[in-house]
Amino acid sequence: MTGRAGAGAGAEAGAGAGVLPVVIPEFTVESRPFWDGLAEGYLRLQRCADCDAVVWYPRGLCPQCGSVSLLWFTASGRGAVYSFTVVRRTAGPYAAVTPYVVAYVELAEGPRVLTNVVDCGPELMHIDQPVECVFDAGDDGRALLRFRPVIS
Amino acid sequence: MTIKAAAHIAGAYEHPGRELPGTSLPQIHAEVALGALADAGLRLSDVDAYFCAGDAPGFGAISMAEYLGLSLRYLDSTESGGSSYLMHLGHAAAAIAAGKCHVALITLAGKPRSGGAPPGGSMGDPRAPEHAFETPFGAPTVAQYALAAQRHMHEFGTTSRQLAEIKVAASTHAKHNPNAFLPREVTVEEVVASPMISDPLHRLDCCVVTDGGGALVVVSPEVARDLDRVTVKLLGHGEAPKYPAGGRVDLTYTGAVWSGPAAFEEAGLQPADIDYASIYDSFTITVLQCLEDLGFCEKGQGGPFVAEGSLRAPYGRLPFNTDGGGLCNNHPGNRGGMTKVIEAVRQLRGEAIPAVQVPDCEFALAHGSGGSLGTRMGSATVILGRADT
Repeated sequence: MTGRAGAGAGAEAGAGAGVLPVVIPEFTVESRPFWDGLAEGYLRLQRCADCDAVVWYPRGLCPQCGSVSLLWFTASGRGAVYSFTVVRRTAGPYAAVTPYVVAYVELAEGPRVLTNVVDCGPELMHIDQPVECVFDAGDDGRALLRFRPVIS
Repeated sequence: MTIKAAAHIAGAYEHPGRELPGTSLPQIHAEVALGALADAGLRLSDVDAYFCAGDAPGFGAISMAEYLGLSLRYLDSTESGGSSYLMHLGHAAAAIAAGKCHVALITLAGKPRSGGAPPGGSMGDPRAPEHAFETPFGAPTVAQYALAAQRHMHEFGTTSRQLAEIKVAASTHAKHNPNAFLPREVTVEEVVASPMISDPLHRLDCCVVTDGGGALVVVSPEVARDLDRVTVKLLGHGEAPKYPAGGRVDLTYTGAVWSGPAAFEEAGLQPADIDYASIYDSFTITVLQCLEDLGFCEKGQGGPFVAEGSLRAPYGRLPFNTDGGGLCNNHPGNRGGMTKVIEAVRQLRGEAIPAVQVPDCEFALAHGSGGSLGTRMGSATVILGRADT
């Protein structure tokens, strides 16, 4: 896992017209440890103490078995691209940074998370591409969970 | 209890408008309500049940009921995006079968073309538990569907040219429809040469954005008997949500894998019995996946199935969306389920545009996928039969 500054880093890698916006959303109280983790440079996920399922997105019960015994753990931050798209036209804050990559990344721990893959030319993207997480920090110190290719 | 033959569609109306800057949202609801009731030979005062979804402005179903002056004993404001109206049909039939009501009105209206309403509607609720984990990443609706298309291509070898054939088939139908927003026939080459919006989906893989609406009137068999109008029987209904399931999202199938079999079982029919299918076509990939999930072809074989020209009316194996669908004709309020039912009713009444009327159309299916193939959706399937079946 690698920290990554919110401004500047990545632009040189040819990932579209610029750095992707970092807008930290409002989040639910039960997912706060996840967001606190990102701010500190850790990917924290929940595991069900009863059925062992790794739960995504963070919530107040295990959707596999209904247990409310969920334990936080620090994940590897590694994964692979399950699917991706290169967004070429859009509206809003992302309009200025096309083309950019939206992907589902399958984490090593199992869950598939919706995210961006950065530091990668869109033309080089492919399914099964190994990736690692980066923490894209905003002005308030909070960060978004994004990924970049693992160069072998 | 079953809804099989327990309710009939007696009225169906599609607003002819595609851009309606001078008409308010409640007004469009009212215009389509009056249109469908006139089609059935009924009046507002006959309605005792009202169904609407998130496109209806106000307090659930109550604000529009008040605007229309309805006296009701049954209300339902189930919201599942573009498939809402197919769910409403099933719910209305169940309520009629249970004796809760006799004349149910379902309305849809929207103004995304002139009014700037964003696609997605109620999916954008910032209080939704998934909101913080999806919205920061710049994934517009088309990108979410593109994720599903990309994975389907990866697993099954589906191609852009196969997806394009779905648009082409819709356009060969739309050219006969004087109200169609895109009335021109297009070629596979034109689709794949249109600008890439979100790989692998091109501009012409997308539906149109139109103002407008539609309405249905569902009645008990007793009411149907006294009407002068040809009615259509509801034979089966199924509905189901599909969602990423705690991080276990699989983008290669839709909720039709559950709603389809439930509808066929209730109707006592098989996919091979269906003469005409209306399949919600928000994007070409939506149709392809639903064809597979509804059992019209094997999983992964949607590409070859459509490439054979199966979808083209009137003589393809499974003529679809003969009005031109959401891809070419109309997609009022970014919600395609209502117009799917309306065209199925036209086919079963023998009132489709002659060039695309399926000969001896006895059984029709209408299917909606509301929400997003890339995240969560509400799927609903109805099977309809000609009145004499």
